[in-house]
Amino acid sequence: MAKKEGKVKAKKRRWNKDDTELTLLALPTTIWYFLFCFLPMFGIIIAFKDFKINGGFLKSFLTSKWVGFNNFKFLFSTRDIWMIVRNTLAYNIVFIILGIVVPVAAAIAIGQLHSKKLAKVYQTAMFMPYFLSWVVVTALVWAFLSYDKGLVNNTLEAMGMERQQWYMKPAMWPPFLVFMNLWKGVGYGMVVYLATITGIDKSYYEAAGIDGATIWQQIRYITLPLMKTVIILMFIMNVGRIFYSDFGLFYQVPRDSNSLYDVVYTLDVYVYKQLMTSTTGMSAAAAFVQSVAGCITILTANAVVRKFDRESAMI
Amino acid sequence: MDSVKIRKRRKDEPDGFDRFNRVSNTANIILNIIFLLMALLCIIPVLLVVAISFSAEASITEYGYRFIPKIFSFEGYEFLLSQGKMIIRALGVSVFVTIVGTALGVLLTTLMGYVLSRPGYKLNGFLTMVVFIPMVFNGGLVSTYYVVSQLLELKNTVWALILPLSVSSFNVVICRTFFKTTVPESLIESAKMDGASQFTIFSRIVLPISKPVLATIGLFLCFAYWNDWYQSMLYIEDSKLYSLQALLNAILTNIQMLAKNAATVGLGAAEMLANMPQEAARMAIVVIIVAPIACAYPFFQKYFISGLTLGAVKG
Repeated sequence: MAKKEGKVKAKKRRWNKDDTELTLLALPTTIWYFLFCFLPMFGIIIAFKDFKINGGFLKSFLTSKWVGFNNFKFLFSTRDIWMIVRNTLAYNIVFIILGIVVPVAAAIAIGQLHSKKLAKVYQTAMFMPYFLSWVVVTALVWAFLSYDKGLVNNTLEAMGMERQQWYMKPAMWPPFLVFMNLWKGVGYGMVVYLATITGIDKSYYEAAGIDGATIWQQIRYITLPLMKTVIILMFIMNVGRIFYSDFGLFYQVPRDSNSLYDVVYTLDVYVYKQLMTSTTGMSAAAAFVQSVAGCITILTANAVVRKFDRESAMI
Repeated sequence: MDSVKIRKRRKDEPDGFDRFNRVSNTANIILNIIFLLMALLCIIPVLLVVAISFSAEASITEYGYRFIPKIFSFEGYEFLLSQGKMIIRALGVSVFVTIVGTALGVLLTTLMGYVLSRPGYKLNGFLTMVVFIPMVFNGGLVSTYYVVSQLLELKNTVWALILPLSVSSFNVVICRTFFKTTVPESLIESAKMDGASQFTIFSRIVLPISKPVLATIGLFLCFAYWNDWYQSMLYIEDSKLYSLQALLNAILTNIQMLAKNAATVGLGAAEMLANMPQEAARMAIVVIIVAPIACAYPFFQKYFISGLTLGAVKG
């Protein structure tokens, strides 16, 4: 509403010195947005070209032939793309569900601990993985799963079992990647939800407690309803990114192992690999599909939420 | 954060009701055990890597990775020191990118955030769209890659590590919300009355009273730059420009790659790979990356949390 009023006022007003100064202040960032966000948006049309590097970007762009939907035809005629889309969506659905249920449960549970000091210690410890890069995490995972020196294989051997080639076992990786995603993200999610919980007026709980509500009832009828907005907001943001995946998780952690191809390839990994092997056409087409599908999902998710609950909508 | 403080104060006072309206002692113990396990799960992998970095090479070859080194040694770190140039250069790149990137990012983000927070600014609607559209739609990896590397010609420059990450719409929205809600309009109006330009108002009045949001954005950026390996993987082929993360990444992945195609790696990189650190030294790099983060984040946690919650509030 405030925005609208501002606009009406602005229309009545003439352009003044203030506007000039503010425009100058905003100029550097606007240029940044133009260069690093909007140019790539127009660049997306190389998906309809047979893009060949030939001198500078503009020259290559102009000299490359238009091929219409050929890149897409090639892309969708491969077996890979369907597997990759399936992987991307399936992992994301699991991540979205667990990424809400586990941190919300953890946030509620940690708020129940009697000792607030211990709660703070747990929270700090669980937040740490969030600050590690996927390259570091890859090194950590390697320390456990390496064939000849890894801790897991050492333990197996000590117990009289055989060493395993963990990086060549496709069956193990989907649950493991889900675990790693949770491992890295639970602390962060917990902090976000905990901030909401600590923001709830304590007198609600006191009133409910005096009326004889159990802790379960307090969680069910006070905490959860008041967390609804944040949960929905996180939900839309994640659904909107359902065609995107955490490149580091899927490319670095499995160490780009060829035997895991079927279970760890997602759209981002595919686009990157194709780009690096200079099959630009396929890669550009896949990136195009990802951007457009991503845009549609985020707008749809937002529209749905808007219908049910205007306040929670992002746009 | 405030409510946490309030609750703590209240706990010290003899407020009896809280003692009845909470989970039972048994439940408290069970929850404590669960959280203790989760906290350990998050910390232990890092401890393992620290242990490996302090193990003697010979003991690793013989006994594999262990939590308690069979033979304690500084070999790994000594090796890194003897390789001086490589590791110091990488550390230098990381530090430079982190400092310059954070400074530039904070400047660009707050400038835009401030301009968008001004009610009645003529171009408000337009600039809001400039910030907002990239949240919903982006050009995807392929065109971004070509724009940055070919059109802007940033490939193999340190700016490829800095510029693409310096602004994010999420941070701009956090800033805008902060300025809107905490900088009193009357303060700006009175400064304007005294003849201050928008530039003076921004640098002399708004920035000094906005330290919390500067700290939050600065920390977000600081961690993002320190932890970044993806930009290096995309745009940096020259091993002289490797950051610590890129160096670790190269060490973790390129050993096999070197064997496969020594020709494409390039002479500089090949030379570096030949001197590739052994097990302990590799983990020592991980420790060098993680140590500053692990030491810093518990103290900065609250700024992160305030940023995360601010981001969830729409302006």
